[in-house]
Amino acid sequence: MSLDAMLQVAASGLLMGLIYALVAAGLSLIFGLMDVVNFAHGELMMIAMYAVFSLWQASGLDPFILLPLVAALLFGLGMAIYRLLIARALAVRFNKGMVQIFATFGLAIFIRGLAQMIFGGEFRSITGTWLGGRTWNLAGIYLPLPQLAASLVCLLAFAGLLLIGRTEFGRALEATREDREAVALIGIDRDRIFALGWGLGAATVGVAGVMLAGFYYVSPNVGANFALIAYVTVALGGFGSLLGALGAGLLIGEVEAITAQLLEPSLKQVGMFAIYLAVLMFRPRGLFGKI
Amino acid sequence: MNAITQRRRREAITAALLLAFLIALPLPIHDVYTRNLFIITLLFAGLAQSWNILGGLCGQISLGHSLYFGIGAYVSTLLFVGPHISPWLGMCAAFGTAGLLALLVGWPCFRLSGHYYAIATVVVQEIGYLLFLNWDWVGAASGVYIPFRGESWLGLQFRTAKLPYFYLTLAFATLTWLIAWWIEGSRLGYTFRAVKDDAIAARSLGVRIFPSKMAAAFISGGLTGMGGAIFAQYVGYIDPDSILSGPLSILIALPAVLGGVGTLWGPLLGAAVLIPLRELSSTFLGGSGSGVDLMLYGALIMVVALLRPQGLVSLFPRAKTEAAR
Amino acid sequence: MLHIDQLSASYRGLKALQGVSLDVAKGEIVAVVGANGAGKTTLLKSIAGLVTTEGSITFDGQDLRRLKPHLVSRAGVGLVPEGRRLFPRLSVDDNLRLGAYAITGPDRFKPLDLVFTLFPRLQERLTQRAETLSGGEQQMLAIGRALMSQPRLLMLDEPSQGIMPKLVDDIFCAIQRIRDLGLTVLLVEQRLVEALEIADRAYVLQTGRIVMSGPAADIAGNAAVRRAYLGL
Repeated sequence: MSLDAMLQVAASGLLMGLIYALVAAGLSLIFGLMDVVNFAHGELMMIAMYAVFSLWQASGLDPFILLPLVAALLFGLGMAIYRLLIARALAVRFNKGMVQIFATFGLAIFIRGLAQMIFGGEFRSITGTWLGGRTWNLAGIYLPLPQLAASLVCLLAFAGLLLIGRTEFGRALEATREDREAVALIGIDRDRIFALGWGLGAATVGVAGVMLAGFYYVSPNVGANFALIAYVTVALGGFGSLLGALGAGLLIGEVEAITAQLLEPSLKQVGMFAIYLAVLMFRPRGLFGKI
Repeated sequence: MNAITQRRRREAITAALLLAFLIALPLPIHDVYTRNLFIITLLFAGLAQSWNILGGLCGQISLGHSLYFGIGAYVSTLLFVGPHISPWLGMCAAFGTAGLLALLVGWPCFRLSGHYYAIATVVVQEIGYLLFLNWDWVGAASGVYIPFRGESWLGLQFRTAKLPYFYLTLAFATLTWLIAWWIEGSRLGYTFRAVKDDAIAARSLGVRIFPSKMAAAFISGGLTGMGGAIFAQYVGYIDPDSILSGPLSILIALPAVLGGVGTLWGPLLGAAVLIPLRELSSTFLGGSGSGVDLMLYGALIMVVALLRPQGLVSLFPRAKTEAAR
Repeated sequence: MLHIDQLSASYRGLKALQGVSLDVAKGEIVAVVGANGAGKTTLLKSIAGLVTTEGSITFDGQDLRRLKPHLVSRAGVGLVPEGRRLFPRLSVDDNLRLGAYAITGPDRFKPLDLVFTLFPRLQERLTQRAETLSGGEQQMLAIGRALMSQPRLLMLDEPSQGIMPKLVDDIFCAIQRIRDLGLTVLLVEQRLVEALEIADRAYVLQTGRIVMSGPAADIAGNAAVRRAYLGL
């Protein structure tokens, strides 16, 4: 393979990896905060994609303009899911782990059914956006602009998450994840922190979904595949570690791009799954997880 | 006679009565749709019980059991299609292959705990799915048709009759129940409970955790593979999407979870409620791809998980003997 | 200020408190003493809203019993819990400032001055992670964090536990100074002598019931208590 081709593979892996990383970041944030794995995470992304699709269809506005609106929508949705479902699942006295898995899993199926009902099963995509179809030729490497923009936005979102971590609210999040009982003793409403954490996690995956919708089809099942990659990314990076999600997301993106090049594109995920299993053999809590 | 033997006797008697009822159940019903519903329900009752041995009794939440189901289906189908080997032997081969595969998967994965284990099982299953989807020798994405070679019990093929399959799946469900019942009363069950409740304490009691998990995996995976072989012979056609997919993995675990994880009756009860509800709603509500059936199915899972965390079996106080702790 | 009447609580199926009645007046240091497992920690947790109870708990006329823990804290009752429960991976500064999370207004960090006057060592360790502090310093931080939420009643659960003897005096000294600044203190302690020395009044708790109460000096001088708890 020529150097150009290798760079092309590396670049496309990098672009996709950043999106994977952001999808995983929302999952990791929620897990780190309260030990709950959200099995409806991919469906939250799917909702964001449909939301931007519908808003684009209704208003004709570019996804870029709709981004803050959809992120805010997902934030509210995340909070509502916490209040209505997760808070109850946390209060259960038996089979806690199992209840959390299946409550969010039931939610995932419910959302998929809802999408199916409203939008039908066919693939939809947003066309005629500012960046749609354009590429940037960087010294022989072709970078599709929608993907480039998406990965830049993902980087910005990561920076935003890290900045939030430095605010007082961020410290309260960190304190809550370290000792969820002790925070109440200093007047912090744990439920509110949890709800805001869910809002933030959902908004994060919402941003990823909106940017993804700029170059990827939307269907009721689009979330499932991305969610699986997100679980792998989070487990690889270490549950609860934000930078772990970033590192693992980039790694997964690269591995996927390389596998697709070496094997058939339809087998592109085998490589990342194999790497994930291999890493877990040596580091059962992921590359960056606390032991 | 102590309380435990008494309880176990009561369980065996209940099971025998239930079995007698189930043997008679399809006789007055000739409707093909209903009989098919019974067959699928019994199959999933057996599958959920198989899952329950690893996930419930031993506490290792596997979300990738369709791997064993799929392998079992492929093994027996390929043996039947190629060298004309009877599905009865195919079932045994399916048990062995799927059991060994479960050991192979368990060897690395049992070092992981909690969510890490659950996700690893999904990933291993997904790798299997992708490999079969791209493996031309086993039909890749287009799957394998099982040719019809004449009605016979030896070949387990019947042109229109549903009754033989009903008794076959009933036998499968009974077998899995008996094995779970036997495990519960044996030393193996004791070690499983110790591993499930507290791995660290179990180790100090001298329970060897890794071999216990491997034993549970072998039995659970093997039985699931057997179920796959039965399913393949029943529907006559297999492809990765129908027998080796993520949603199927969940569907195998779900009856046990909704019915009552780690209980003897939970998987049966869960399957008896969930599978007909799912089939009926997809027949009457989901036909046009409207999604209402999925919404109903998802809502049911959420509601039961939140309101009955111990499973539906907790509605029957006497039945929740070894209820999940 | 704090008025507890006929309080009962169960903990893991055991009756940890049975018909406990207790009063704390403004500006007092009240000590609750008793052997391990007498229900002292459960008493403080009940007041803080961490345990479900029967009976009544009123604080300045407000019913605390139905409040969630974070609202009890906002009502002006601070608890320095057993085992300190700091946020180990956050810095000393973050731990302290989080104490003022629920406080609003421009002066929300004002108690920092007070904390640094009481515990000058904390000021030297501001950027260190809480987990790197010594046991005594962690206790100081825990008290400081509680002070940051500007309580009127400060409850301390075994503040001398796991601390070098040299620092124990510092802690008790600080508790006295906190009272002198106008706070009210409810102190649970196993070190009978030191606790009764700084306390105005004391209650003796035994298997979930109050068996004796009165001025701290009387309790300290009571032969029966001395026998039961000091082994003299």
